[in-house]
Amino acid sequence: MGKFLARRLLNYVVLIFLATSFAYLLAATNLYPRGYFEQMQPPPSPEAVNAQLDALNLNDQTPIAQRYLTWLGGIFTGDFGKTIQGGDVASQMWMKAGVTLRLITVATLLGSFLGIAIGAYAAIRQYRAFDKSATAVSFFVLSVPTVVIAIVVQVLAVSINDLAGFQLLRYSGEYTAGFSGEWYELLLNRVYHALLPTLVLAVALFAAFARYQRNMMLDVLGADFVRTAMAKGLTRRKALFKHALRTALIPTITYFTFTFGALVSGATFTEKIYGWHGMGAWLIDSIARHDVHVVAAVSWFMAITIMAASFLSDILYAWLDPRVRV
Amino acid sequence: MSIDTAEATENTTDEPTSEVPVLEVTDLNVTFQGLGGNPDVHAVRGVSYAVHRGEVLGIVGESGSGKSVSSMAAMGLLPDHAVITGSVRLHGEEILGKKDKEMARKRGKVISMVFQDPLSGLTPVYTVGDQLAEAVLVHDPKAGKDKARARAIELLSLVGIPRPEERYRSFPHEFSGGMRQRVMIAMAMANDPDVIICDEPTTALDVTIQAQILDLLRTAQRETGAAIVMITHDLGVVAGFVDRLLVMYAGRPVEIGDVDEIYYKSRMPYTMGLLGAVPRMDQERQGALVPIKGNPPSLSALPPGCPFAPRCPIAQPECELAEPELLTIGGQPSAERIRELAVAHEDASAGAREKDPEERIHDTGVRRAACIRSGEIDTNDWTARDIYPVPEIPEVEASSQAREDRAEMLRVDDLIKHHPLMKGAVFKRRVGTVYAVDGVGFDIREGETLALVGESGCGKSSTLMEIMGLEKPQRGTIEVMGKSTATLGKRDRFALRRDMQIVFQDPMSSLDPRMPVFDIIAEPLRAHDVPAAEVVERVYELIRLVGLNTEHATRFPSEFSGGQRQRIGIARALALEPKLLVLDEPVSALDVSIQAGVVNLLEELQAKLGLAYLFVAHDLSVVRHIADRVAVMYLGKIVEIGDTTSIYTRPAHPYTQALLSAIPIPDPEKERARTHIVLDGDLPSPANPPSGCRFRTRCQKFITLSESEQERCVSNEPTIQPTNGGDQGTACHYAERLTVS
Repeated sequence: MGKFLARRLLNYVVLIFLATSFAYLLAATNLYPRGYFEQMQPPPSPEAVNAQLDALNLNDQTPIAQRYLTWLGGIFTGDFGKTIQGGDVASQMWMKAGVTLRLITVATLLGSFLGIAIGAYAAIRQYRAFDKSATAVSFFVLSVPTVVIAIVVQVLAVSINDLAGFQLLRYSGEYTAGFSGEWYELLLNRVYHALLPTLVLAVALFAAFARYQRNMMLDVLGADFVRTAMAKGLTRRKALFKHALRTALIPTITYFTFTFGALVSGATFTEKIYGWHGMGAWLIDSIARHDVHVVAAVSWFMAITIMAASFLSDILYAWLDPRVRV
Repeated sequence: MSIDTAEATENTTDEPTSEVPVLEVTDLNVTFQGLGGNPDVHAVRGVSYAVHRGEVLGIVGESGSGKSVSSMAAMGLLPDHAVITGSVRLHGEEILGKKDKEMARKRGKVISMVFQDPLSGLTPVYTVGDQLAEAVLVHDPKAGKDKARARAIELLSLVGIPRPEERYRSFPHEFSGGMRQRVMIAMAMANDPDVIICDEPTTALDVTIQAQILDLLRTAQRETGAAIVMITHDLGVVAGFVDRLLVMYAGRPVEIGDVDEIYYKSRMPYTMGLLGAVPRMDQERQGALVPIKGNPPSLSALPPGCPFAPRCPIAQPECELAEPELLTIGGQPSAERIRELAVAHEDASAGAREKDPEERIHDTGVRRAACIRSGEIDTNDWTARDIYPVPEIPEVEASSQAREDRAEMLRVDDLIKHHPLMKGAVFKRRVGTVYAVDGVGFDIREGETLALVGESGCGKSSTLMEIMGLEKPQRGTIEVMGKSTATLGKRDRFALRRDMQIVFQDPMSSLDPRMPVFDIIAEPLRAHDVPAAEVVERVYELIRLVGLNTEHATRFPSEFSGGQRQRIGIARALALEPKLLVLDEPVSALDVSIQAGVVNLLEELQAKLGLAYLFVAHDLSVVRHIADRVAVMYLGKIVEIGDTTSIYTRPAHPYTQALLSAIPIPDPEKERARTHIVLDGDLPSPANPPSGCRFRTRCQKFITLSESEQERCVSNEPTIQPTNGGDQGTACHYAERLTVS
């Protein structure tokens, strides 16, 4: 088991290195930071631009290999270079990562848990009222883009607030600007703001998971081993829970971790609409600013989250399906 | 290594049956309601039986006869949408209609079940031991984990799993099929139940493993004193195992009685046909098998009268008026009475058909048959051959010639097929070799049938695929019609395929479901550029040849039954007029009554067209019936080869002896008198075969030898040596002709 995980971990480290390097090289060769400085008002002298670019390790006159090595050297000491405005990428990244992770961790857990529970139950009640309504809701949600859901929820929040007469639901920002108080008040304030965007992400995830889990569950419902479990003397409910669901969860685990990884960038719209300054929003903005180091850093972070998620899935997988351990 | 003597079960029914039966099923009906406008499926209709303590009841029937569904209903394992009526009593207590929670307390404790497919019957993600312990714990939660664990280990050793302490922690995929079935039996025995229902417990297993499992079931019965309900389609398995027998057809019980009565004096045409349709391993010249024409009716659209009437050779107009009840022989109403009743019934409202519980037919242990002519059959003492038209199959013309003078169709010499075992994702390295086929040699002459037999994993299919590939083999030679495949060019190879065609095992998946029958049969003709006008003529000729109607040509494979599809497969194989037909388990997926028709067809075609067959099968009874010569394979090698009569009557290799001895014969008296040689353990892995003689690890002869004699088996690999003067050859250092009963 330990050997199996260690081998996987080594694989992941190599993959992260490759993914980040490619992202850097792609950004460094295709973005044009020189243009960013040249269009400044008043236009700086070419020498000044070069000096700026050299200071940031962004000069396209320096060979790409040299820039890459300088950047790579920094990475190993935890230095992700400077943003195009001269700020420290690493410190900003950790701040934004916190915002994104907070949002998507809760949303993924909530959405997948609901989806799995409802999907599995719908499978047991196949073609009954519960299954039919769960299917209808999931397909409806799946057919509406997340952007639309995000905006609709926001509009609804506004009308609910109007009806209530005070601001019952918060739909903008991560916390109330200038709010101060005890730590628990701060925490409460943040939770309050997180409600709606988390809901939006969770709903979209729930739909996908419910469909997926339903199919997985249907596959094992008629399985011989469920019948064997019942023949031993387990009630139908217990046989389904202990023998069928556990087996049906195995493929879902893989799906779960990859959605988590994909959400790091996939939550961009929700972040933008709800005024959260997370990773996704940062990536989009930095591409517009020709900010090579930020693009590379965000890619690095995404690679890390996806690989961490895969690693988690390996552990969960090994826990659910002990056969991979031997 | 041991030779277990399987004692025939004592007949325990002679005690009075006045005590309350352990399990009594009365007038059980199961209907699956059709969803979305589909008609309801009447899976079980009016099944009644009773089993007493220590008694073994057999339920036989073909697929779809409702034998499994009726037992699942008794266990409360059917899904919610099944409508079940009638009565199921366990020790006199009605259990039908009980809540799942109450039923769960009975399941596994009072009544338990062994299922057909051991490969999928165990949950893959729990260890074998934990699943066994769960069976103990669920009925006795206070026992505690340690006690349950100890009991599980005890059970594992009871069912003959070696090193049970270690094996407790194994997962199901680490066990072979036979071992998994042992675990399933252990699970069923866990709480000393009063009834064990065995649903085709050996169908998915090889014969030598089947013998082990049947032995084990006898032990289980002895240990627990339980009543056993044995459900199977194999008339051999039940013959020596059960006391009483219930025959089912189209969801209906059609005959019930003592096993001897049913086997020797069957009074229901269906049972008679079924028994006549079984090829017999113990009879030399059986003649053509008794085919039952037609197919079982659909359970959602049953004929009004006796469901067997459309296939019955002695059906009368009265048979189609009303379904005959299961009554004592001669107790059936007369033809006139049936006509009167039918008229009266038309007047009565449909609701009046509901029987009142007093009128229900209980199983009282008396022999009954559901045929209005059962009395007549009894008085005249008719047998299957009297009532069924048996086809005349002419002798093969070439058989008058000496074997050596006939042309050679196929010669295989020292053929090997080794698969490398690779490991590693990026840097692949060879870590071993699977010796799938390891030096096989035989020849087939014109008009002759050679059967390649052996258990799964012995390499018979690999041999077949190597031959069909017509490529240069890894070692050895394959010569088809005198042409070596090693020297064939692309064109020659294509041309040679005309002469050699194949019929596959599974008629369901070997025909393209999107092609009409005409195109399926015409495809090989078109591939070989036969002119279009000839194609049409030839296809219709072939359709008639295999016993189908020409109007079938435009239909799709899904509209046909298994037997008909196999006929289509045979027609396709015959399209190019091959001289050699390779048959890969052509009848193993078919029911007995259908199988007989296909076997007869194959024999008839051979006689008519002078075909040579290479017949691959695991069913030794069919092989005895159809083959002229037999080659027995074990772990990639032929261990014995020779003419069928010699091999079956005087086998010389210990493996052949064990194999023949393991097959149950559909004859209760003979079967009870037999002593089976039961081999220990499973087939060794072909990646790591034993040194010297490959069979020595399981050989029943090896252990009787002195140490110096054994040395020869361990270090020297035996080659095939002529054993019997004649055609027989055996690869055993200590070959000795033996008559196996």
